[in-house]
Amino acid sequence: MEISCIVNGEKKQFKIEPDETLLNILRREGYLGVKRGCEEGNCGVCTVLMNGRPVNSCVVFGAKADGAEIITVEGLGTPENLNTLQEAFLDEGAVQCGFCTPGFLLSATALLKENPEPSREEVIEALDSNYCRCTGYVKPINAVLAAARKMRGEE
Amino acid sequence: MAAETNFEVVGKNLRKVDGPGLVCGKPMFTDDIEMRGLLYGKILYSPHAHARIKKIDKTKALALPGVHAVICHEDVPRIAHTTAGQGYPEPSAYDTFVFDKKVRFVGDRVAAVAAETREAAEEAVKLIEVEYEVLPPILDERKSMDPGAPVIHDEPEAEMIIPVPYDKERNLAGGVNMNIGDVEKGLEEADFKFDYEYIVPYYHHCPQEPHICYAWLDDQDRVVIRTSTQVPFHVRRLVARALDIPVKKIHVIKPRVGGGFGCKQEVYLEQVVAALAMASRRPVKIELTRREEFISGRTMHPEIIHLRTGVKKNGDLTAVHLDILMNTGAYGSHALTVVYNSGGKTLPLYRCPNIKFDGTSVYTNLPVGGAYRGYGATEAYFAIETQMDEMAEAIGMDPVEFRKRNHIKEGETSPVFSALGEGKAGVEQFVESCGLDKCIDLGAEAIGWSRRKDLPRTGIKRRGIGMGTFMQGSSIPHVDMGAAYLKLNEDGSFNLLVGATDLGTGSDTVLAQIAAEVLGVPLTSMIVRSSDTDITPFDVGAYASSTTYLSGMAVLRAAEKTAAQIKKVAGKLLAAEPEQVTLKDSRAFVPGGKSVSLHEIAMDSLYVDNQFQIQDGASAISFKSPPPFAAHFAEVEVDTETGKVTLLKYVAACDCGTAINPALAEGQVEGGVVNGIGFALSEEMLFDSGGRTLNPSFHDYKIFTTVDLPEMRTILVPTYEPTGPCGAKSVSEININGPIPVIANAIYDAVGIRLRRSPFTPERVLEALSEKEKMKQ
Ligand code: FES
Ligand code: FES
Repeated sequence: MEISCIVNGEKKQFKIEPDETLLNILRREGYLGVKRGCEEGNCGVCTVLMNGRPVNSCVVFGAKADGAEIITVEGLGTPENLNTLQEAFLDEGAVQCGFCTPGFLLSATALLKENPEPSREEVIEALDSNYCRCTGYVKPINAVLAAARKMRGEE
Repeated sequence: MAAETNFEVVGKNLRKVDGPGLVCGKPMFTDDIEMRGLLYGKILYSPHAHARIKKIDKTKALALPGVHAVICHEDVPRIAHTTAGQGYPEPSAYDTFVFDKKVRFVGDRVAAVAAETREAAEEAVKLIEVEYEVLPPILDERKSMDPGAPVIHDEPEAEMIIPVPYDKERNLAGGVNMNIGDVEKGLEEADFKFDYEYIVPYYHHCPQEPHICYAWLDDQDRVVIRTSTQVPFHVRRLVARALDIPVKKIHVIKPRVGGGFGCKQEVYLEQVVAALAMASRRPVKIELTRREEFISGRTMHPEIIHLRTGVKKNGDLTAVHLDILMNTGAYGSHALTVVYNSGGKTLPLYRCPNIKFDGTSVYTNLPVGGAYRGYGATEAYFAIETQMDEMAEAIGMDPVEFRKRNHIKEGETSPVFSALGEGKAGVEQFVESCGLDKCIDLGAEAIGWSRRKDLPRTGIKRRGIGMGTFMQGSSIPHVDMGAAYLKLNEDGSFNLLVGATDLGTGSDTVLAQIAAEVLGVPLTSMIVRSSDTDITPFDVGAYASSTTYLSGMAVLRAAEKTAAQIKKVAGKLLAAEPEQVTLKDSRAFVPGGKSVSLHEIAMDSLYVDNQFQIQDGASAISFKSPPPFAAHFAEVEVDTETGKVTLLKYVAACDCGTAINPALAEGQVEGGVVNGIGFALSEEMLFDSGGRTLNPSFHDYKIFTTVDLPEMRTILVPTYEPTGPCGAKSVSEININGPIPVIANAIYDAVGIRLRRSPFTPERVLEALSEKEKMKQ
């Protein structure tokens, strides 16, 4: 079957198998920042935004994405033009291996869009479905708070 | 001790050199390439804990459309090797084959296929027909060496290639005995004696990126292996051996690695993928699923630790006897060295005249142990640091004071250093930098140690604070080697080529900071390439807390040699002696303020006069393994009705010498600590009576996420290690050792129960509480 959706602002048409996951489709189509970690909906490294909400793309069927607006990490910024959140992750030392980072960035993007002034608890809540074995989470949490402050013009 | 610490680039929280690509999701990991004609590999795993393969019929699998290769023991050379990615000669038994006629745990590999789609590969694996003769398994390490126990490695080839304790007939995979003084006499002299057993279960590394490997044949029929590994050069050597092909026929590429923690110091996938690529003459990839990662991958070695100690009323330790039974599982990967390290990285910490250490490592038909951050020290510290707490209580001394009184100090040595290395005798060394007292003081203040006596210890929810102190090492002396190479480009930038393997730890950045410091350039002038066996110089790889300390020293030397060449050209251009030249801000200065830019120097040396490439390389080995130190503190709340332990606050203070990049060093502390908290409270691999893993998913093997976190404090205590590059020691492993004993001590402080088996689940807490009640009556 064929689906059409908007990925990172671009209109796209994908030929897919009916039981294919959104994760497989996106990686096949070259969105390699979407990572595969468990394919069971647990680890969050496959997180993308679907109509503004973070979803684990490994447990979303491609057919469900028909007509949806998808944002992957490739839609956030480029190395020459990083967005505030990406910069904060680098400046706070929140990236170690970086395998989980796209998922963290997208969960945080959704949070900050809805709630520009999150408390530490709200950040913790929003990042709960993203596993990271490297950082111990302290710096990713700090990075989201730092980015929020900066986006509010406080720093 | 503080020394020359006027650094420009070192000691700064600079952005990781690979950071911008990573936050943009650039295709940097093993799986992020597209290859025409790629085949998907899949492995058939044993359903039995112990069995002989009587017959394999591949006909149906081969007949499936899209299948290009099906391989088993009939199709590959039968060459015993180890999967432990260690230096040669490996101190791990050669007891593994690419495929064998015998399987030794549920998850052992039987055969592999390569097919055009993942689905076809999965289907083909199911079509392989295997006839097994099921053998009695050993699932309890205490029974491994019983007379008449099944022999797990009954093949004639299995052997240790170095003279160390190994007896496959008795399932002995490694052992160590050390004796200093007279422990029995020491125990007699003690005012208080302690004698307990501690149990640490199977833990899993859980890297977010599961093992993944690509292999293909290049234009010269060389095997190119693109793999997520901590040890690319060992991959090349071990695959060459396992498949009987020359080293020159193999090219190993390490892209970014999605976390390793030791499990990617193992070479167990690469030989299979390479064999499939050679059999099919097509590019092949194998990517483990999370379930496969759990059932067939490597684990932390479980240990049963028997610790006896004696202490005098004045606080002097009189005896320490550490006796460990370690389970290495079905293969002896790191079986000798991990158990060595259980003593070697713990026993030097406290002064004691009588120390005995017995370690025995045995085979069982359970998953295979491997290297895991902490490398044996984590297990032993559980016993040592909780028993230290008991001693302090018995003599009525504050646990903080008790540790301060007994720990090794700057200028001191321990006989254990020379007695225990890794799989052999160690080297004598004096501690030249030790910030442990300061770690203890700052940590105690941060947790509020003085509040301890006033915490609520009645009612349903009770609070307590615990602490512990730790050390590790930095590299394996006289064994590890790292090398680095630098060259200057026209624009004043440098290529830094290192064999050292960044597995997410930030070593590319840290090493580039060291080079940039010496060369007087900003970090952005360094172009780093790490671990490609065709391109970069050798390095043993990322393990044993060696990269910053050892590879960093190689980089420092390469940079100094390169700087000398730059100064020569600068001297010529500025009419000065090279010795008068200093490098700063990408320029070379002479006294009086005249200067020339690195760009001008490069242009001159490449194009103008007496041309040559400014370039140099250097190697480093280590002669000692300077310990980093740490003091950890935890506050917990124990619910006496449900048994639930809530961790409220965790403080880790760590002396890693000079932190080359403090934010990255803190990240190493925090990552280690949170992994250790998982060990203490939630993680454990469970097996059924047939040796099958019961919880091979993140759903059932619970690692910590943000909502589980306590309030965390990380304190770096700078010291200056004179033998390290810019004063640095290691930081990556030590902090995983803390949480198990520190949380155990906090639980005791809260509710008076001593837990001697991790993790401290509500059931175990409740059981201990009810036992305590019974004892009272
Ligand atoms: S890969 Fe989707 S949640 Fe783990
Ligand atoms: S940075 Fe490695 S898993 Fe998060």
